[in-house]
Amino acid sequence: MEALKEPGQGVIARFSNLKGLTIPVAPHKGCGSSGGSGKSSCGSSAGSGDLPSEIWEKVKNHPCYSEEAHHHYARMHVAVAPACNIQCNYCNRKYDCANESRPGVVSERLTPEQAAKKVLAVASEIPQMTVLGIAGPGDPLANPDKTFQTFDFVFKAAPDIKLCLSTNGLALPDYVERIKDFKVDHVTITINMVDPEVGARIYPWVFFRHKRYTGKDAAKLLTERQLEGLEMLTQAGILCKVNSVMIPGINDDHLVEVNKAVKSRGAFLHNIMPLISSPEHGTVFGLSGQRGPSAQELKALQDKCEGEMNMMRHCRQCRADAVGLLGEDRGAEFTTERIESMEVEYDAAKRRSYRDSVEIEREVRKAAREQELLTLAGENSDRKILVAVATKGGGKVNEHFGHAKEFQIYELSVAGSKFVGHRRVDLYCQGGYGEEDALAGVIRAINDCVAVFVAKIGGCPKEELRKAGIEPVDQYAYGYIETATISYYRSYLERLKNGELVDIERGDAMIRQGAFIELSAPAGQAA
Amino acid sequence: MSYKIVASQCTGCSACEPECPNKAISEKDGIFLIDPKKCTECIGFFDEPQCVAVCPVDHTCIIDKSLPRYQK
Repeated sequence: MEALKEPGQGVIARFSNLKGLTIPVAPHKGCGSSGGSGKSSCGSSAGSGDLPSEIWEKVKNHPCYSEEAHHHYARMHVAVAPACNIQCNYCNRKYDCANESRPGVVSERLTPEQAAKKVLAVASEIPQMTVLGIAGPGDPLANPDKTFQTFDFVFKAAPDIKLCLSTNGLALPDYVERIKDFKVDHVTITINMVDPEVGARIYPWVFFRHKRYTGKDAAKLLTERQLEGLEMLTQAGILCKVNSVMIPGINDDHLVEVNKAVKSRGAFLHNIMPLISSPEHGTVFGLSGQRGPSAQELKALQDKCEGEMNMMRHCRQCRADAVGLLGEDRGAEFTTERIESMEVEYDAAKRRSYRDSVEIEREVRKAAREQELLTLAGENSDRKILVAVATKGGGKVNEHFGHAKEFQIYELSVAGSKFVGHRRVDLYCQGGYGEEDALAGVIRAINDCVAVFVAKIGGCPKEELRKAGIEPVDQYAYGYIETATISYYRSYLERLKNGELVDIERGDAMIRQGAFIELSAPAGQAA
Repeated sequence: MSYKIVASQCTGCSACEPECPNKAISEKDGIFLIDPKKCTECIGFFDEPQCVAVCPVDHTCIIDKSLPRYQK
């Protein structure tokens, strides 16, 4: 808390004290090299056994770097960095909506002091919060003083919180030294192209060293700086994730090349995300009618890149001020007004004991998964199916169908149960309002799945799902997802064999666009 | 003349503030203002006005035609 009491002190002075603390870390080589087909990626469900131990230590509590961790641990973003140095055709800085979840959107901007207090307040109330990220709403490195001052306060007050940042990379080579000094060991760079021809269709301009560049010049400058920054970071042993926005017709095929380029420069994880594009966002792409990919188009590209590198598929494209587990946003509970009035007591011991209990739970879950996987030994089928799961965390089937804001998608095969994505939906249960439309929306979102796993489901939606060819499964309520889905897959194969089931190819599914409609939203924040 | 910021367009992102070579830009209630007494249209510093070049919203930093042209 001392850091908070003396915000006036220069960052540089204290900054120099930290230099000796930096622990040298051997450069990593990523973990894709050992991955064969059927092996889950780091970004999906790699566990302690699949990664070099020093890398596992870095990612095991980081929900954005480990799919396995994202069931248990939460992150928060603080919106201290409003300025940006580039313009992207999928971003509109004038748009803000409290019910909208996508990067670049934020309701309140914070000073570094306010941000640090918010981090401690959230850490005290949400023990599973392990990561503080700065992701905008502009670019953290276009606001270096605000970004590093926030890191400095948090680093001093709560050293157990991991620091990470997400940047467009234009300014990155200039700040690698400072990133190292603050022990920021996770950096995400958004790289949408490595070819200026493609880039010119995504970025209208960049601002660099007092000059605005446009067209291919802008894209060429951006890609050179991004790749240079990536190389510098990986050489320094900092884990790098690359985010790419998949824009059909513009960079969808090209992202395979991007994947190779970033892999060869040591990136740890590649996160290909669907374009979010809606006319009401007022973005260039939204207004031009540029569509986003379908669920199967996205999955096909992710599958294609997976042989090259570890893919992240659990990204929720969260807001620059999101708080909580991925897929939930508790930001509205921590308004500046409330935080200002809070007496924050930072209890490191309580947080440690929470993490210890999570680690025990993870071991139990892992053992259960391995036990269940044994039952598939001897099964010989090339049939792969997708199933949707309603969960609110902990790696369990523990959400009611009507309360689910998203479904997690698992691909089942004789190799086991693999997380391959998630689908956001509008709440089915909204107190007798718009239920028919909501149900149709849920069915569209999971239309490529053969079953949906829930803790509980009403008779009416059950019937409708069956009609749509999606089997509602509630017999595994509160069980572990992997155990439940593997067991289901085994019985699925049996039912196919004895003719109880007819094998039908499922169609494609839609990726939901636009704002969430949530009736419980605080007054004044409705969409 | 001087540049001015169209308040209804300004997102308050603050990108212009540190770029101004004359420290002519300041914030008031989340909106940024240019002090016309300090603005030199970046003449003598850069080829293009920095606030215009970095602003994320087109036609937000514009020349104020009610003022005489800046003289070196």
